[in-house]
Parts: sequence; structure tokens; C-alpha cells
Amino acid sequence: MEQIWQGILKALQLLVTGDPEVLQITLTTLRVSGTATLISLVLGVPAGTFLALKNFPGRKVVLSIVNSGMGLPPVVVGLWVTIFLWRSGPFGYFNILYTTTAIIIAQAIIAAPVVTGLTSAAIQQTDPKLRLQIRALGVTNLQYLWLLLKEVRFGLFAAIIAGFGAVVSEVGASMMVGGNIKDETRVLTTATVLEVSKGNFDVAIALSVILSLLAYGVTFWLTLLQQQQQGE
Amino acid sequence: MKKTRALSYLSILMLLFSVVLSGCGKTATPTAQPPTPANPNVILATTTSTQDSGLLEVLIPEFEKKTGYKVKTIAVGTGAALAMGEKGEADVLLVHAPASEKKLVDNKTGINYKLVMHNDFILVGPAEDPAKVKDSKNVLEGLKAIEAAQAVFVSRGDDSGTDKMEKSLWVKAGIKPAGKWYLQSGTGMGQTLNIASDKAGYTLTDRATYLANKKNLKLEILKEGDAALLNIYHVMQVNPEKFPKVNQEGAKAFDDFMVDSATQKLIAEFGKDKYGQALFFADAGKSEAGLAAK
Repeated sequence: MEQIWQGILKALQLLVTGDPEVLQITLTTLRVSGTATLISLVLGVPAGTFLALKNFPGRKVVLSIVNSGMGLPPVVVGLWVTIFLWRSGPFGYFNILYTTTAIIIAQAIIAAPVVTGLTSAAIQQTDPKLRLQIRALGVTNLQYLWLLLKEVRFGLFAAIIAGFGAVVSEVGASMMVGGNIKDETRVLTTATVLEVSKGNFDVAIALSVILSLLAYGVTFWLTLLQQQQQGE
Repeated sequence: MKKTRALSYLSILMLLFSVVLSGCGKTATPTAQPPTPANPNVILATTTSTQDSGLLEVLIPEFEKKTGYKVKTIAVGTGAALAMGEKGEADVLLVHAPASEKKLVDNKTGINYKLVMHNDFILVGPAEDPAKVKDSKNVLEGLKAIEAAQAVFVSRGDDSGTDKMEKSLWVKAGIKPAGKWYLQSGTGMGQTLNIASDKAGYTLTDRATYLANKKNLKLEILKEGDAALLNIYHVMQVNPEKFPKVNQEGAKAFDDFMVDSATQKLIAEFGKDKYGQALFFADAGKSEAGLAAK
């Protein structure tokens, strides 16, 4: 019990004093997971839209792969990204293993199926008659897509929230492709693991509190934006 | 209404961009003063014990300040670190499993192989000591007692230097450890100590990690001081002739740094202020055989 109190006190202390290392780790986490989520959106929203609207042979197979990809284990992604980024691997030339770029790539791969799957589900949930109605307005294809995406904006925000939540909380891939390097690729989850193995439970608890606050803060902000849409 | 929505979209974009940009700015500011090597990134593959004990936190900044290199420390088990060396994925290795290291030195994967420091392994366990390890005359007898009592023993099971040492001790004791009492944690030393403490079990650990974690552990040193328990750390550079992509200059600089007299002094002092005793003994220039004979 005492350890928990100590941890929470430590968290408050680190937060209040603005400990530069913790601040830096927190910013790295936000930057890496934010960028990864952004990339996953760029990839996932068009892919999800396409899957929802286009009928082609093998579509169900692709959808099922995407859906199972929503639960893609981060360590699996971590391992494969590592293998590809090794100096001896196919992308070794770029020399980006053990950098934040590598983590961003891995996390984008983790988040992309989540965004794709949820986008596709959101669009498929719309009433086909509504889609027909939009069409009947005589809009161009782009306008059609825009109106449709606007219609499913709640679902899209849910996709962003789920995608960000998946990557900010994962540790396996970040550890493997980032290497948990101090001042560089150390993020809140890997730092927590390290502090536990160093026996610094108070710092570990503090980091976990900060991570939870960060995840909550971002989700809260996204939720506000999502609900703001309701008035329209 | 339209305006607020546009604003909210804009705020998302601005935040994401600022996040991305702040990242770019960061990588652009190097650590100024010291010399700027052509290829500043050095990948160091090492064991968890050098990181978990806090030693690297003292040494690495010193090295970076002196040479201008930036060390990417990948702390894994010694087995994994050696494997990274064998694939040319690391530039320099700091490891502690001499028997396995020999292979890399012999096939010229590792060059500039140098003795850096040592400490020792200790057998720790609960104070109650159900297997009466304390009364056995050496560590091998102690292991036999643990097996005889079927007392819980937590093994790293991760092919790390400590794990290799532990496995070799079981072989010497003539026991194939298996059964409900023999747990394999598959994690680093710090975490394995936590598990052993929680399960009131025994484990083999390096002294440095044990001392660094002691405050959280209900484990005591039960066997120490055997010549068989020496834990020896070497540094080696991954051969650039075999792997052209390794950072030869950076690896050489780190290799030299580890046996430099100033560094050796830092190693010898490390831990004295916090634990009342040094965690490592600096050994540059000595021979491995000399250590064992001591």
C-alpha cells in the first residue's frame, strides 16, 4: 500500500516540478504515437472507404484480414519491422532501426487496420437509401465521398480514438524497433518496463499514471471534438 | 456553427503538425561542442545488467561528451547481444559470457576483444532458506540441495550471460533442472529477482543488479565467493571487414573508452556512494586467467 502512495506522490512530484526527462519522454510518446495515428488515418480512411463501397472479388477475405488485423499483436509487428529494417534486411540501407521513425512505422502498421476496419464498419452502417439519396443530389464522386464521410464522422472519431489508444499503450513493438534508447526512443511504456526492472517501482508507478493521464487527455479532447459535431 | 467546426478541424491539424515539426527540430540540434564524427551513431549491444544496475547511465554520457558519438544502447541478454554482433547489427558489444564470446573472437566477428571488469554471481534466496543452501559447502552443493528439497528456483531462461552461467552450474552439479520447482521467467535480471522474491524462491544473479534492486526484495545472499561464480565482462568491436555497414570508428572509440584509465576509475567507484560497495571491479589490462586464480 505504501508503495502505491509513494508512486502517486512521485508522479505528482514529477508532474509539478516538470522533470525534464519525464517531460521529454512524454513529448516523444505524444509525437511518435500522434504521427503514427496521423499516418494510419491517411492510409486507413481511404482504404476503409474503398472496402465499404466497392464490391470486388475477394472483398470479404480482405475485410476479414483487416478485421483480424485490428487485433494485430504489437510484438509480431515489432519483430517483422525489425527484420525488415536490419542492416542486413531489405530496408537496411535507410538505417532507421532504433530511431523514432522505426517506432512510427511499426505503430502506424498497428493502427492502420484499426482505422480501416472502423471506417469501413461506420460507412457500411449508413443506410443504403441515404447513399442513394446523396447520389440523387447529382454530386460528383468527390462530393459524394465528402458527404458520406461527414455522415459517419462519429465513427471516424471513434476510429482515431481507437487507433491512438492502440499505439500509445503498446510496448512490444516500441521496445523492439526502438530499443528504448535514453533521450531518443524511450517512450512512456518502455520507460515503465525499464524502471520496473531497475526496481524503481515509484518511478514506474509515476510513469504509468502520466501515461494514463496522457491517454485520457487526448481521448477527452477527441471526444469533445466528436461531441461538438452533434449540434449540426 | 460552420466556423467552429472548421476551427476544430484546424486545431487537429495544427496540433499534429506541431507535434511532427517539434520532432524534426529536435533531431536537428546535436550536442554541440565535442568533435563531430562523420557517422555519429554507435549501436551498443549489451546485457541488461549493465543497464539495470545503472552503470551505463554513468559511462555513456561521459563517452558521448568526450567523443561526440551518440550511443544507441540496446540492452538485451548476452545471447541476443552476441547474435546481433554475429549479424553485424551492432557496432560494439559489452557482454559477459566468455565461453560464448570465444566463438565470435575465433571466427573474427569480434575484434579488439578486451577485458573490462568483473563482479560476481551470487545465489540468493529467501531468508528462511528451506533448502539449507547456506549450510552447503559451495554453490554446486547448494544447487543440489535446492533440487533435493524441490525448492522453487527461478531461472532467467533467456540465454543471457547469467542464464548461461546458471545452466553451466547445473551441468557441473550433474543435474538436469526440470519440474514444477524450476521456473523460467524469460525476463531480465531485475524482473527475475522480483519474481523470485515474490515466490520465495532461489535464483542466481549478478551482484550489481541484486544490490540495485535490494530495497524491494525479500531475498538474501546465501552463497557467494566461489571461484566458479566470477562474472566477467568483455568489450569487443564488430569486425568491419565482415560487416561493412558497422560504424568502425565509433566502435573503436567505445572499445578504447571502456579500458581507458579514467573510465576504469569511474567503473571502480560506481555504486560506492549508493550501496557502500563497488558493483564492479575494473580489470582493464588484466588477464582472465589471472582473475580466476585470485
